[in-house]
Amino acid sequence: MSELAAEDAAVTASAIAEPRTRLIYRHTLWVRSWHWINALSLLLLLLSGLQIFNADPQLSWGMTTNFDHPLVSIDSAGDGPRMRGVTTVFGHPFDTTGVLGASKGADGQPEDRAFPRWATIPSLRDLGAGRHWHFLFAWIFVLNGAFFVAYTLWSRHLKRDLWPTVEDLKSIPASIWEHIRLKHAEGEAATRYNVLQKLAYLVVLYGLLPLMLLTGLTMSPGMDAAFPGLLWVFGGRQSARTIHFLSASSIVIFFLIHIFEVFAAGLFNEMRSIVTGYFAVKTTAPARVASEGAGE
Amino acid sequence: MIRSMFNRRRVAALIAASGAAALGACDQIADDDKVARAVGSAEVLTRKAQRLILSPGQLAPEYKESEISRFFKPNGSTDPDSDAYVALRDAGFRDWKLEVAGLVEHPLSLSLDQLRALPSRTQITRHDCVEGWSCIGKWKGAKLGDLLARAKLKPQAKYIVFHCADSLGDAGDGSDDYYESIGLADAFHPQTILAYDMNDAPLEVPHGAPIRLRVERHLGYKQAKYVMKLEAVASLDHLHGGHGGYWEDRGYEWYGGI
Repeated sequence: MSELAAEDAAVTASAIAEPRTRLIYRHTLWVRSWHWINALSLLLLLLSGLQIFNADPQLSWGMTTNFDHPLVSIDSAGDGPRMRGVTTVFGHPFDTTGVLGASKGADGQPEDRAFPRWATIPSLRDLGAGRHWHFLFAWIFVLNGAFFVAYTLWSRHLKRDLWPTVEDLKSIPASIWEHIRLKHAEGEAATRYNVLQKLAYLVVLYGLLPLMLLTGLTMSPGMDAAFPGLLWVFGGRQSARTIHFLSASSIVIFFLIHIFEVFAAGLFNEMRSIVTGYFAVKTTAPARVASEGAGE
Repeated sequence: MIRSMFNRRRVAALIAASGAAALGACDQIADDDKVARAVGSAEVLTRKAQRLILSPGQLAPEYKESEISRFFKPNGSTDPDSDAYVALRDAGFRDWKLEVAGLVEHPLSLSLDQLRALPSRTQITRHDCVEGWSCIGKWKGAKLGDLLARAKLKPQAKYIVFHCADSLGDAGDGSDDYYESIGLADAFHPQTILAYDMNDAPLEVPHGAPIRLRVERHLGYKQAKYVMKLEAVASLDHLHGGHGGYWEDRGYEWYGGI
């Protein structure tokens, strides 16, 4: 199955028009299905995860919780309309009223909660329901992800499209400069992922997402009995919880850049390719389809 | 199992729920009872998967004396105020008796001294609250498996229920009394004990005096405090809300391994 290789679709009509574009089949149905199930799962995992975090809004390092000096804690101070949200990072307090620590409740009055209503599933405080949503979508995420990893190996998607070549690695400085100028590849180069894109996808797919799963499992007392090595790898249950949080934050940053790039590279074309599979590439040389051209 | 979990109606409810949740209408959806049950059905998958991975005798990690938490957070009830409990507490639990009843051949009634005379186990284990925090404590207690062998379970017995002296609400009619339940695999697990000592001293009131359950490999809400009575039962349906525990009746999973 050719992922990014040019499998031309017949675009005889557009080949005649200027500028010449041709549609290539960029994403297979498998990749598109995985992408959207994964996107939905990650969104629901994030929002239900913040609900779970709200039940104990602090992060520690090690096996147990350091109640006196957590690395990060989100608290509230004061009552009623004067309630303030205070986020403490490495001992330094920051006023985060309105977003972290204290934000509007269902009745419009300030409420003592770490992440605000709009960032949690369900919006009201409900740890039990948050856990149900989290674990259901964790299963969907894992099964979908296991399928995807197997697919990238079997279809050679990993080797052919995601793994950077030596030339790719040499072009990192040039690629950074292109990204800074928001310049996007055209022509033949646009049929492939650029090197920064490849590295970002590899880090997320084979780094951060498996890390989310493993640190998540380390928080389970049942899994710790089955695989005590998990605790050793991550430096303890509370460390695993902290890494889970930081890794999720990194995925949110990836998501924001991903969305930014979609807009920068052309929202319509990018969305068409991840929904239908077809991606339009501008051609500078006379397009092959044009020379094969149907009757003018 | 797969068929019953993923029947068409549940799948439809899930797809509808996911789609709508993504659109930001998650509240009405999440509050809907049917959807809540469908979403919670993944618990079955989690329990079966963990039971598959986890052999019955596999021990929870144990820790060194130096790793014991200097502060162990008391949570839930920390000072039960029923007249009966207060009277027992004020008398140093001299008159306290643990009742072992239900589907057993030999119902028992044991004083604290009698319980202390039973085969015991000492372990330093980690307590993981469902909220997210963890503390390490040292526990000494009577091995539940030995106690149940003495009472001799009837063949119909499938669960052990722990009835407690505390209430988490103020209903006053017993409907919010704390209780918990575990299956027989966990009841006969070597680390499952009725702990009367914590960190080499008699268990204190905030931690569940005179005894609390330690069922390692499970979250904190399974570790029932202020245990007064054990009951062997064939089903959990007739107890309180029918889900096998105070928090389970309020939406938590019965399987507390994750």
